[in-house]
Formats: sequence, C-alpha cells, structure tokens
Amino acid sequence: MKTIIKNAQVYLDGNLTKKDLLIDRKRISKIADFIDVKADKIIDAKGSVVFPGFIDIHCHLRDPGHTYKEDIPTGMKSAAKGGFTSICAMPNTVPVTDNIASVEYIQLRAKEHGFARVYVIGALTKQSKGEEISEMATMKSGGIVAVSDDGKCVQNARLMLSCLRYASNFDIPVIVHPEDYDLAGRGQITGGKVATQLGLSGIPGLAEEVIIARDIMLAESAGARLHIAHISTARSLDLVRHAKDRGLPVTCEVTPHHLVLNEDACLTFDTNTKMKPPLRSEKDRQACVEALRDGLIDCIATDHAPHADFEKEREFDQAPFGIIGFETAFPVLYDKLVKPGIISLSTLVDNLTQKPASILGLPGGSIKVGAKADLTIINLDESSTFTKENIVSKSKNTPWLDQTMSSRVKYTIKSGMITYQDK
Amino acid sequence: MNPQFLGRNVFDLDDYSREEILYILEAAKGMKEINLREYKKIPTLRGKTVCTLFVENSTRTRMSFELAANRLSADVVSFQASVSALQKGESLQDTVYTLNAMGIDLYCIRHSSPGSPQMVHKYSGKPVINGGDGRHAHPTQALLDIYSIWEKKGDLKDLKITIVGDILHSRVVRSNLIGMSKLGAKVTVCGPKTLMPGNMESVYGCKVEYDLGKALDNADVVMGLRMQLERMSEGLFPSLEEYSKHYVLSNETLKYAKPSALIMHPGPMNRGVEILPEIADSKHSIIVEQVANGVAIRMALMFLILGGKA
Repeated sequence: MKTIIKNAQVYLDGNLTKKDLLIDRKRISKIADFIDVKADKIIDAKGSVVFPGFIDIHCHLRDPGHTYKEDIPTGMKSAAKGGFTSICAMPNTVPVTDNIASVEYIQLRAKEHGFARVYVIGALTKQSKGEEISEMATMKSGGIVAVSDDGKCVQNARLMLSCLRYASNFDIPVIVHPEDYDLAGRGQITGGKVATQLGLSGIPGLAEEVIIARDIMLAESAGARLHIAHISTARSLDLVRHAKDRGLPVTCEVTPHHLVLNEDACLTFDTNTKMKPPLRSEKDRQACVEALRDGLIDCIATDHAPHADFEKEREFDQAPFGIIGFETAFPVLYDKLVKPGIISLSTLVDNLTQKPASILGLPGGSIKVGAKADLTIINLDESSTFTKENIVSKSKNTPWLDQTMSSRVKYTIKSGMITYQDK
Repeated sequence: MNPQFLGRNVFDLDDYSREEILYILEAAKGMKEINLREYKKIPTLRGKTVCTLFVENSTRTRMSFELAANRLSADVVSFQASVSALQKGESLQDTVYTLNAMGIDLYCIRHSSPGSPQMVHKYSGKPVINGGDGRHAHPTQALLDIYSIWEKKGDLKDLKITIVGDILHSRVVRSNLIGMSKLGAKVTVCGPKTLMPGNMESVYGCKVEYDLGKALDNADVVMGLRMQLERMSEGLFPSLEEYSKHYVLSNETLKYAKPSALIMHPGPMNRGVEILPEIADSKHSIIVEQVANGVAIRMALMFLILGGKA
C-alpha cells in the first residue's frame, strides 16, 4: 500500500517546505520536491500543512469504569480528530490501572480499534490511594511509559519519597499532579479576585506550589525522573526553573486552557471553566505563555477529561472538575497564540510533537524518511466550529463550545493508515 | 408598570444602576404603606404564580418572600428541598423542568451553591430573584438594608458604613458592597484576617480594617454579622470568647462611631458574641425594622418584574 501526499507544505526541521511525501505501508519512504510513482492513494493536500502526528502525554479515556463519559474507541477517535496520533492514558479508571491485567486491557482495546497509539500510564500507588507502592516494575514490563496518581496526589511525603526511589530503581518517570489537599480544601476555582467576587472557595496557587517544591526535593534525594503535570502558576514555574538550573531531571507540561484562559472565564458560572488546577490569574497565565516561549515548559498536554452533560449541568460547586481537550487543542492555540504572534508556529508544533515524545521516550514527533508515517494534515485557513454535533468525544464539556477557530484538521494518519478524514 | 424592570432577573445588584435601585426603593415605600393597613392585600398580581424554591433552609427569608407574593395576590407554591425529590437525587435541572411545566411565572431561590439562580433562569426561561446563593450574593437583603438606611438618613451619599464580622462567608456583605457603593456610601469592612477574603479593596473599592476601633471611627451606620461556631472547627478563629473580645459591638466599642449611628444586623443574632443586647436593643437599632422592610422590598421587586398594575 503506497500513499502520496501531494502539494503540501511539510513541516521539516521547524520550517514549512513545499514537498511531496511518499508513504510505503507504515513508513515514510521518500520526501522530495516531486514524487511520481504508482500509488494506491493520492492525497491532494493543497493549501494544507503536513505536521508530525501530535502526541499527548496526558489524557483520560475513562475506560474501564466510566464509559458513559468516554471509552477507548471514542477517545481515540476524538484524539485523531484533533490531529493526535499518540496519546498517554492516565490510570484513574475504575478499577484503577494499577496492575498488569488492567494495563493489558487498555492496550488490547486500543489495538483492536487502532485510531491512535495508546500508551498506558500506570498508577503510582495501589488504587491511587496514596498508601502503598503499585507493582510498577511489573507494569513496566507490560509497557507502561510512566507512573502517576493523576487526579490525586500522594500527601504522605515519606511514601512519596519511597515511590520516587522505587521508580528510579526501574527507571520509570513519575508524573505528579501537584495538589496539597488541605490547602486546596473544598476550593472550586483559583483563590483570587474572582473567587472573592463569586463567593466560591478558592484553590490557592500555594496548594500546587508546596507540592512541587516538596517533590522536587524528594526527587532529587531519590535520584528520580520527575514530570510535573499541568503546571499553572508563576511561582510553580520559578520552582521548576530553579530545579533545572541545578541540573535536576525535572520536566513540566502546560495545558492549552492554562495558556489562553484566566480566572475571569469563571464569572459566568460556566462549569466548563471548572478544572484542576483551576484557571489562574492573568499574571500566572502570562507566566505560562512566557515559559512556553523560552522553553522552561517542556511540552503541551491536553488533560482531556470527559464528563457527561448531566454531570456538568449542575450547581457550580457540585459539578466535576475537567474539560475535554483533544479536538480543541491545536485550533485554539493556533488562533490565540500563534496568529497574534505571541508564539511561533514551530514552538506550538514542537511542544505537541517531539518535545512530549522526548519526555517519556516515545517514538515519533518528526517527519523523516524511515520513520513511522504518523502525520497530521491541517488547513490553516479553513475554519472549524466546536458544536455538540461535531465533537467526536462522547462528552462535550469544553469552554470553547460553539466557538469557531480558523484552522481545520483535514487528515490524521497513523502508521500510514488514515485515522481521521474531514467530511 | 415600568417596562424597564419587566421580566428582569435579580441575581445581584451589579445588574442594576443607581437610578434603578432608587426606583426600587421608592416602589418599596409604597408597598410598606400597604403593609401597615388593616387589610394588607392588593390584587395586582392576581393570576400570577410565584415559586419559592428553597434548596437551603431558611424560614425567615422564605416567609418574607411568600408574604410579599400573598399580599400582591399572587399564587404561591413553596418548594422545600428537605421534603422534595432533590432529596431522592433529582438534579436541580430536572426539578426546574418539572416546576416549570406547572406554569411558574417567577422563582425566588435560596441555594448553598453560588450561581444557582442563573441556572434556574437558564432552565426555566423565567425571571428569578436570588434569595441567597452560597457566599455569593443576597440582593434582596442588600436592598432592604439600603432601604432601611435610606428611610432614616434620606441619602446614602458619603455615609460611612462599617460592616463587622465574618466577611469571608457573607453573601450579605458582597451584595451590600455593590449596592451601597452605587449610592455613594463609603463602606469599611472589618473582621479578623482569617475571615477576610483577599482582594476586597480592588474588587469592591471598600476599605479593610482589622481593628474594630479604627473601623468604627466616625461611622454613620454599623452592621454586625452573624458569627458561626463552625468556623472554629475550620481553624479560622480560636473561640467565640476571643472573637468577642476584639470584635463585639458594645457601648464601649460604639463610642468610636457617631452617637447617632444606626445599628443593623441581618439576623439571626448571636447576642453576646458579635453584638451585646445593650446595642441590639438600643434606640438607634433598626434591626427589627429591617425585617419589616424586607417584605416591602420583595413586594416591590415582584411587582416591578411581573408588571403589576398600580
């Protein structure tokens, strides 16, 4: 099976170059100015850009346990629609993905449907209860790429130290969702002026910052690889900068929503502005953008977190935390950050491709001959609208519902197979 | 009938201009006169149905809303969470759909969750009066407080109003800050730091004092707030006794305020904790009148929103 992508601008080494691209079965076999061979399929990508397939190292597929929110096939399809070819599933399923059998269930379901490469992140502690270390070495032999109790945070510093030491023993990266439960309390949105105005309990930035400070110190002592999920405040970034300056193997990610929205979005009581960590102050948002630009932040991750309408259509303080993210990630960031010239297209793309890949040592992330043909073809001048009808995820919980962005994913290709095609 | 008010929601006072607030006060004055009659009823809202949807319990506020509706001859249905389908796990959305199918014209809601009045409007398409949503807002209480001051002082402009107590958990303070500022009052809030939300000055343009003497200095109006025992277990203050030592309204502390200062409290009071009986029952106290004015304010709002004929 041979496919030629013709007339496209191809993203090569950070630049857009007009090339044709030949895919032979699963791999890219040729990149040239003009390719004229007999092919089974020709994709005319005139007007579009061919990017490496996007890679998301932080998502929630809800399967097993909450398949009314999302399941593995719909999650993969949603990812494919957003241009993602590789995604990493967090273990907060029901039951928790804390053992080899659960890991294999996700891998099998993913393979059966094949719309994306799904990598599994195993739980850091058994049932993510923060009490005992999970069987992470066994899970690693089954293919997990990291361990995390995402959504929860080990409160006990002694146990966290032990987890980090054990993980480093088997060379497994540890992803932390930094949240001190006592400081976060029953907080609903960020502690700050909007929380004061709306009479909602605040989650102070401190709840995140004290755990990041703690875990950097613990990871240093343990000699472990620490990755900080969804960083959201200026002071958190200062802590990471300090750690990196000292040469510690600490990385961090930021979500699209923390890059483009601030606490003011909550003023309407829209429960689709409620997530953890919460949308922060404008000052924090700007610090995140700046850190993305200067490379302090290591990648963008969606934290795709589906919840059903009936769960989100609740009183603000009773609605669950989280929003979906695959389908909106690129179009929103392109419009809000790249088009106004705040960050470059290559900063956006690299943070969605090679940079996340390198954090967890995943394949992919660049377009080159011999590599797996994981590609995303996007028309930067054709608009798309996120309506309940055309969102592919089972859940529609996004703050950008019914908004129109100026770019549109046309094709997503994984290992030479088309996993999403527009219209 | 003033079309400007027809079908409006009262989520909070930020949606209302200074002129509109003054208009509501004038309307309430007329309603108060009705409440003093022997036959306290006018036929103006005959055929309209008002629902008091109280998801959080409150006998006083619910009675005030229901009396207001009754006196305007509206039909009143009362929904109480403790004896309703909400107890059986029905969502607020479904509850509103169900009530709406019965033909409700106006909702008055009390709920512990901020933003729930907006939800009731979204699901019903009908006007909603917020009777208190969590710590967020309590606009009818603010209007009755403002009315009570306006009635005594004629104008709020440049009055120094000091509100003392648990500012953090008070929806009354938030709505009052918005409304009183619109009428030109200078509001100072006072309480221990652990019960004071951040950003008060920048959000509301008020003054923050932690020392009661400074806060009361030269005040024209002094309002105490209920101090709740449960804040102790939340680690926000050590004991009612220590709180009282520093923040109680007494003859001794009130000596900093103007001698004519009005004394107010939204109730229910903890006598001896945030206010001493000598102050609560003093000749400058208008605490009981506030309750009477509450019925008049709620009548005025229902009248204006449902377009009653004068």
